[in-house]
Amino acid sequence: MKEFLSSLLSSLDPQWISLIWSLFQIAIVTACLILTVIFLVFFERKVIGYMHSRVGPNRVGPMGTLQSIADTIKLLLKEVIIPAKADKFFFLLSPILLLVPALAAWAVIPFSPEFIIADINAGLLYLLALTSFGVYGVILGGWASNSKYAFLGSMRAAAQMVAYEIAMGFALVGVLMASGSLKLGEIVAAQSGGVLSWFWVPLFPLFIVYFISGIAETNRHPFDLAEGEAEIVAGFHVEYSGIGFAIFFLAEYINMALISVLTSILFLGGWESFFAGLTFLEDSILAFVVEPSIFWLLIKALFFLFVFVWLRASFPRYRYDQLMSLGWKVLIPITIVWIGVECVMYVMQVGPWSVA
Amino acid sequence: MNMLQLLKKLSLIDFIKGFIVTLKAFFRRKVTVQYPEVKTPLSPRFRGKLALMRYDNGEERCIACKLCSAVCPAQAITIESEERADGSRRTVKFEIDAFKCIYCGFCEEACPVDSIVETNIFEYHMTENHQRIQTKEMLLATGDQHKDQTIKNKKKDSRYR
Repeated sequence: MKEFLSSLLSSLDPQWISLIWSLFQIAIVTACLILTVIFLVFFERKVIGYMHSRVGPNRVGPMGTLQSIADTIKLLLKEVIIPAKADKFFFLLSPILLLVPALAAWAVIPFSPEFIIADINAGLLYLLALTSFGVYGVILGGWASNSKYAFLGSMRAAAQMVAYEIAMGFALVGVLMASGSLKLGEIVAAQSGGVLSWFWVPLFPLFIVYFISGIAETNRHPFDLAEGEAEIVAGFHVEYSGIGFAIFFLAEYINMALISVLTSILFLGGWESFFAGLTFLEDSILAFVVEPSIFWLLIKALFFLFVFVWLRASFPRYRYDQLMSLGWKVLIPITIVWIGVECVMYVMQVGPWSVA
Repeated sequence: MNMLQLLKKLSLIDFIKGFIVTLKAFFRRKVTVQYPEVKTPLSPRFRGKLALMRYDNGEERCIACKLCSAVCPAQAITIESEERADGSRRTVKFEIDAFKCIYCGFCEEACPVDSIVETNIFEYHMTENHQRIQTKEMLLATGDQHKDQTIKNKKKDSRYR
């Protein structure tokens, strides 16, 4: 693709060509993300419906597949109501503050060995920074609404995100130690060589902790205290309507997809095939199933998205003090202990890694 | 907390059990009835829209005894009667307020000539407030329209009455 582009625009400066190429990649990723969200909304409603012994949406389009498009159109056509005493500037800014980091984080995601928008050296740090940035949108949205419920929701979200950020960071430290790199592409490359050499085997507790804190980070069930329909209506976005609400929704689902993809990349070998390392397959006609490709990443991410929805259908919401004690007293100690264990494994050279 | 409890908590066994419950439900047969296309079966005793019946010769059954209006707990029935040229007593006004009616079926049980009946029609609507008053003509028309089905249902249910 890039070669084709440079031959097409050969008269231009190579810098310009790489700029256009980057913009093209960004456009593709953003468009795919929005399509993913449209799919996810439908997927979630359908799966939860099935788990309730219902059939879920099935009226709009074949099998109800156009339901979320109809919902989107409805949301976009609705009136945007700004509460009279709201801080108008921050009220309008906060959905954008939530959406931009959610989208920007995808810049460093290695979708396949070839396709990555920006393979920066500090990819993991960049992700940690951007995922924690999302909390500003939540806090500002709740504060600017000038409503008690919204404010309570954003306060809860802030405390929750700070607590789970730490466990998440520690889990990432484990991955960093195992791979010896902050570059996401190299982290995946360090896991090459079959299912058992992926990091979920030596780092199993960190894998679970990372996914749980990821759920908490995205304010999803069972950690959605920031929304808490029963207690505080809809939490931080209670005053938002129309497109503002749609953007909050979009950001939440993009974050869900991000956490799923990240978990797949960090612990389940990203683009690596499930069948990699099975040498008898490589010579047969099934050789394509051992090739690393984007489809493996998508399958793994889809599984985690299913788990997100599955959790929502299965478990009630945590109480606030339970949430805090889970974060501080369970997840953080587990990660610290396992980092200690990992250090021992590292020195004794029992892991899949070797001392450089 | 002893060691065993701690291990049980850390193994997330309760979560896995919960997951299995919902996963079983995921593959269970779905019970939703796709309503406008598929309808649930109705009992012959189903109490729906009210109607007035006629004799086979076309004469209305109602003799204006006003038992139905007397027994009606919601006082939804208004009847006015007069004497006809042949000396029989008939209604000139027989109105049911559909908003007052609670579909209890007492009027049907009270009726000595099986004139007022409840059909099994439940899919009807009105768009203006005044349409809630069902006049005698409307009730008779409903009776004529759903005569066969109603008689069949009453026969099926008769052995339990």
